This record gives sequence, structure tokens and C-alpha cells, in this order.
Amino acid sequence: MGMVRYVANKFFYMLVSLFVLVSATFFLMKAIPGDPFTSEKKVPPEIKARLYEQYGLDKPLYHQYFKYLGEIAQGDLGVSMKRLNQDVTHLIGQTFSASLKLGVVAIIVSVIVGVILGMLAALYHRKFIDSAAMVLAVLGIAVPSFVVASLLQYVFAYKFHMFPVSGFKGPMYYFLPVAALSAQPIAFIARLTRSSMLEVLHADYIKTAKAKGLSWFAILSRHVLRNGILPIVTYMGPMTANIVTGSVVIEQIFGIGGIGKQFVEAIGVRDYTVIMGITIFYGILLMVARFITDIAYVLIDPRIKLTGGKEG
Amino acid sequence: MKKSKSLLLMIALVLVIGTVLAGCGGNKANNGNAAATNAPGNEGSTNTGTATGDEKLAADQTLRVNLTSEPPTFDPAQAQDSQANTVLKTMYEGLTRMNDETGQAEPGIAEKWDISADGLVYTFHLRDAQWSNGDPVEAADFVRGWKIVLDPNTNPTAPYAYQLYYLKNAEEYYTKKVTDFSQVGVKAVDAKTLEVTLKSPTPYFLGLLSFYTYYPVHKSIEGNPKWATNKDTMITNGAFTLTEWTTGQAIQVTKNEKYWDAASIKLSKIDFSIVNSGATELLSYKNGELDRAGNPNGEIPSEQLPIVKKELPNEFVSKGIAATYYYYFNTTEKPFSNVKIRKALTMAINRQALIDNITLGGQLPAFGLVPPGIAGVDGEYRNTVKDSYFTEDVEQAKSLLAEGLKEEGLTALPPVDLSYNTSENHKKIALAIADMWKNNLGITVNTVNQEWAVFIDNRQSQNYQIARAGWTADYNDPMTFLDMFVTGGGNNDAGYANPEYDKLIKDAKTNSDLAKRQEDFAAAEKMLIQDDMVIMPIYYYTNNSLTKEYLKGVTLDFSGAVDFTRGYLLEH
Repeated sequence: MGMVRYVANKFFYMLVSLFVLVSATFFLMKAIPGDPFTSEKKVPPEIKARLYEQYGLDKPLYHQYFKYLGEIAQGDLGVSMKRLNQDVTHLIGQTFSASLKLGVVAIIVSVIVGVILGMLAALYHRKFIDSAAMVLAVLGIAVPSFVVASLLQYVFAYKFHMFPVSGFKGPMYYFLPVAALSAQPIAFIARLTRSSMLEVLHADYIKTAKAKGLSWFAILSRHVLRNGILPIVTYMGPMTANIVTGSVVIEQIFGIGGIGKQFVEAIGVRDYTVIMGITIFYGILLMVARFITDIAYVLIDPRIKLTGGKEG
Repeated sequence: MKKSKSLLLMIALVLVIGTVLAGCGGNKANNGNAAATNAPGNEGSTNTGTATGDEKLAADQTLRVNLTSEPPTFDPAQAQDSQANTVLKTMYEGLTRMNDETGQAEPGIAEKWDISADGLVYTFHLRDAQWSNGDPVEAADFVRGWKIVLDPNTNPTAPYAYQLYYLKNAEEYYTKKVTDFSQVGVKAVDAKTLEVTLKSPTPYFLGLLSFYTYYPVHKSIEGNPKWATNKDTMITNGAFTLTEWTTGQAIQVTKNEKYWDAASIKLSKIDFSIVNSGATELLSYKNGELDRAGNPNGEIPSEQLPIVKKELPNEFVSKGIAATYYYYFNTTEKPFSNVKIRKALTMAINRQALIDNITLGGQLPAFGLVPPGIAGVDGEYRNTVKDSYFTEDVEQAKSLLAEGLKEEGLTALPPVDLSYNTSENHKKIALAIADMWKNNLGITVNTVNQEWAVFIDNRQSQNYQIARAGWTADYNDPMTFLDMFVTGGGNNDAGYANPEYDKLIKDAKTNSDLAKRQEDFAAAEKMLIQDDMVIMPIYYYTNNSLTKEYLKGVTLDFSGAVDFTRGYLLEH
């Protein structure tokens, strides 16, 4: 019962947020100077008038807004205004598939490497491994991803010819962008894991478990890891959305046609329908990621109650 | 706390030192590598030099190049950018083709043509050419393509419809003053004969016919407005056909065996990657993932130009193209409504120093608007009509500024805004010029960086004081530059209005006497620059590119458009 109400509640708030997001983006987008047909070589007025008419830009703003709302309510994201005759859903589908493939691999790598590093650091607290892992973590957080990406590209692709410089055509093309994308999450996860595991390791129930004579491995997997991993689950939601929506910088450096690059380009040329389409898509993605995180939280830690809890 | 802080400081220090060291090491290694790879490279080239004649073709004739942005469309009626041009040129052929050496039109799908004595009626005789599905290319295919462009009911309407306004009644048809398409100056006399009637004599019309807006389209597109978004519905008549298109990722064209001149096409495929980072493109080229890098379809970062020039002298090519970089003055507002102040600013910068230290691309200092490479009556226009409209002279500039200020009743020039659209190069140039003005004339300049569409919007509505601009030739004639500045002209962002200038351009537009026409152009350009200094010319563009030594036959035309179709790869 609680679960159903919880989900319905969440869903309602998601819809409201989405509506606010769509409206704000729509009016902000129209407020910036220029339109899809702004070009250095000006088109004659009669042609511009025709284009405006065909795309409904000659109508008053509120009219355009309600028309757009009506269209998206029917699930129609429309046709790109710059990439003529191409459906926005098709554009999102094609570019998102690249970002998604890359992102999923990066998330898996981040979690595995991050958790292992953090665990090692916690188990060998104040030993060399701990310091080394934490120096790496500080570096990973402090060094911007475009520096990491350029450096990886220069060293491993150009100097040692181990991987291709750019493109996205096969398994070999994954290594460098994935490494660049996961550097920061790895560092973050390692630090989170370390601190929460240290906390857990000193908890009374671990002492009890030890006293019971449980094996180290059993303590680690059943008690330490299960409790220590909670903060990572919290972090996973936003991180997933973040990585999957595509890093513009990384996509640009490695020449990957992902959705992040597409979004920035669409803003540059004022491709209204594409800007709106990707914004809505991002919004939904982010909300769903948050939602799944909340559910996962409940499943892992029964202490967290569904009802009465505020969004945190 | 203290301890962790000092630890952080240590790490930061290590990082900084590490980066610096890595930088030095990298450079050294780089030089070493360059020397090492250069030596065999040179040997290789001398080897092929001695073994002239028997060029061995590589087994794999796949050309790999980059596009800095994805062509928004492959529909010739909808295209309006140079990247679409690059790819469309491989897939389509118009009535004529641009000869890259002479800058003049040569036979394409039209084998030969007759021009009436008054220069108004062109009769084209089409060769036996085929579409990629085997259908013959007929005169009706051209009529179909041009009708789609000019039809105001085409949805979306063709943004470049005005490129066809040279035809009789074309503009009238678009603006619905004429509703019967048979009144428009294009007619399929029979399957192989196309008759075109112009509004007024246009000496560069044959060249225009090689442009994508004039391409023919296959009959299968009728009733399918989305035909150009899918490779399977794209039937083309050029050297290649579209075989792969992943949005944002890659485009591939494959040799069209049905092309009439397929025997001269040696490439089997062209792979276009889509990467909008000059640094990545250069690295890919050096790493052997691209066969050609740089302009016009790609980009080499300007700060890398002197380095690659030295490192790869046999691969680096710098070629002047018909394009001019200049600054607009807003002549409609004080203080730049005063011609003496405009002249003072124009004369007070050192263009060669700017090119040698900032742009680094071997550009030519510009003292006029029409760039070299544009055709005139005998050879190039710029060879006959010199751009000696003014000289750089700081002393004269100072006294002109003083006079101008006096006329305006000012004691000093108020701070001036110089706007440019976001780009590392435009920024560097603006800062350097602002500095020259400050040092030479003592004026204060604020450089204003604006996002592209915002910038264009401001410039077109004369909401600026000085703004950067660049103009590339649309066709090979001085008209493409000079008709911009007629009163009320769509691209006259300077707000220039001079009836005498308008008359010269109008005369040139209707005159079929080519010598007289050139005199009008020369007089108009002199008025625009020497007398009225409406713009400040800065430099004539160059295209800078790197081509592997095994790649031959890729050519650039006068405007800097690239033609890959006749390229081939040698064994390497």
C-alpha cells in the first residue's frame, strides 16, 4: 500500500517538475537573440517570412507555447528546424545510443574500480595502500576531465599507438573515453567507500560478528560491504544521469557524436525543437534515475521508510 | 587540518612541476620524433621522385577525412553551408563543374551549350549520364530540382531560393506574382536539351550551375519530402553515393559505378568523420587515422600552424582563397559616421605584423574588399585593379583622427566597443588590433565577445560600433562582394547608403560589356574603401591543410571548396 502511494506521489511531482522545466526552457530559449534562420548571409525577407510561417514562428509567443505543449502531450517532439526533415526523436535516439553505450561501460568501471580502491584503502587504513589510493582519488577529483582526456589521448593514442585518437567504431574506441569519463566518479566512489567502510568497521555489530567467530570474508561481504555501500547508491543516481547524458568535453575531444555534443550544437544554432526535445529527455532521465535510487535505497536498507519521508 | 592542507599544497606543487616537466619532455620527444619520421619521409619522397611515371595505386582506395560539423541535410534544395557542399559535391553533378585551376566552369552533365547573342538564353545539351539506379539523367530532372527550390509551397521552403533569381520570372514565381511555372526561364525542350532564360546577362552564370542549389533531383523523390534523410532513398548522379550516415558520428560515400565518368574515379570510398576539435583532428592525422586534415572541411588550430609547417613541410599547403576578413564600422551612428575617424582607424594598424604574430596562416594583408582569385576581364580582377586604396600610416592617421574629432566637436574619442563572435582566433585578432589602436592613436577599445547568433543579430540590426566580418565568394565574380553594400542590401551591416554606389552596381548588373562592367566595379570599390572607408579590410583568407604524401588529386577551387572526387591514394 505504502509503495503504491509513494510511487504515485513521486510520479505526480515528476510531472509537475517536467512541466516547469518545459515552460522555463521554452521561454528562456525564445528570449535569447537570434533564431534558427539567423545566418551570416542573410536570406531575403520574403524567404525568411515563408520559413517563419512554415515553422509557426510568425505567431505570438503564447500561441507557439500552447501549440508546443499540445504536441508534446501527444508524444510528438517535432522535426528539427536546422537538420531539415529529421525527426527530433530520431536525432535523440541516434546520438543517445553512443552516449549510453559509453556511459554504461563507464559506470560499471567506476563502481568496480572505485569500490575496490575504497575497500583496500579502508582495510589498510593509514598504510601505504591507503595513502596511494587517496592521492589518486584527490587527483581524480581535482584534475578536470578535459585535462585527463587530452593527456590520455596524447600518451596512449599518439605516443604509444595503443588506441585510436578519435571515433567510435569498435571496442578499441572505448578505452580512452571511458577512462576519462570514469576518472572523477572512481575518485569520488573510492573516497565514499573508504569513509563509510571505516565507520562500519568500527561499529559494534562488526565486533560482535568477529566475536562470534565469523570468517573475515563473511564479515566483509555480509556486513561491512552491505552497510558501507549505501552512500554509493545515493551517489549512483545523479552519477548515472550525469554520465549517460554525455559529457560535451569528452565527446568533443574523442570525436564521439553523443547527445551532449548534439545539445550544445543545437543551442548554438537555435534549433528550437531539438533544444526542447533534448531538455525534456534529460529531465525525464534525471528524474527516473533519482526515482530508481530512492527505490533501491529502500530495498537495501529496510530502516528507511517510504511514507512521511521528504525528498532528500 | 594543517597537515592535510600542507599535503594538498605538496600535491598541487608536484602536479604543477609535473605538468611543466611533462610539457618540456613532450616537446623534446616530439622534436625527436619529428626528425626521426621526417628522415624516412624525405627519403620516400626522393625515391618516388626518381621513380617517376609508375605511380603504384594503393590496394585500399578508401579516403579518410574529417568534417568539423555535420551537414544538416543532403537535399540540394535545402543545403546552405560549406560542409554540405563538401559532401554533396561527391554525390551530385550539375550542368557544369568548377575547374579548380582556372576557376571557370567546364562541362559536367551538360556536354556543350549555346549562348544567345544577347547573353540571355542558354541551351544546354546533356550527355548520356545515368542516375545511380541506372535511369538516364534528363533535362526534366533539372526542371524538377529547380522548381522545388523556387516553389513557395515547398515545405520547408528552400532558404537558398534566391540563388535561382537569375532566371527569368524566378523571383516573381517565388513571391507568387507569377503562378504558372512555365513562365519561369527553364524548359526541358526534349529529354537531352535544357533551355534556360535569364533575367539579365550574367557573365558568371555557367559557374553558378556547378553550385548545389542548381543540382538535378531524381523523380523518385516526388511525394517523399524526407528522401534526403535516408541513404536508401538517395538516388544521385555524381561520382559517389551515400552508403552510411550515423547522426553525429560518421558519413560514408561509395563509388557510383553508374557515374558517366566512373573511369576517372579511383577512390572506392570516402569516410568522413565528424569531429569539431582542431586539436583532435591534427592528432588523428599525425596518427595516420586521416589522410588529409585542415581547411576547408576541417581545421588545424592556428597556434599549431607554424609547428606543422616546420615539422611536415612536404605535407603542409597554404592556398589563398577568395574570402576577405574585415571589420564593419557602424556608419549610421557617431562617432563612426565620420569618415575621417574611420580612415584613421583603418590606417593605424599593421596588418603584416598581425598575420606574422597572431593569425599565423600566411594570409595576405587586405587593402580592398575583393580578394585575389576572383576572375576579372583578363585573368584575375585583383591583377588589373590593384587594392592600393590606402596605406598604413600612423602619422597621417593621427592627424585624420584629430580633424575628425574636431568636426564632431570632440576632444577625445570616447571608448569604442569592438565586437566579435566567440572564437579563439577572432579574440586574438581583436585584442591585437585594440592594442595597436591604443598604442598608435591613444584610444580605448573594449573588446566584446558575443555568442554567434547574438552577435549576428546585433550586427544585422546595427547594434554595434565596430564588428568583425568575413565574406566568402558565392560565385567567381567581384559582384559577390560588391553588391553587399547597396543601400538597404540584406548584408549591408554597415548601414552604408550612397546613391552613386548603387548606380554603379546597378549598371554592372545589367551590362553585358565586360570591360565597362569591370570599370564600374573598380569605381565602386574605390568609393567604398578609398573615399568612404565603410569597412576596414584586414586580410585575405588562406586555406591551410595537411595532405599525406601518398594522397594525390584532391583539389581546391577559387573559393576554397574542396573536390575529393578525383583523388587517389598511392601505395604507402
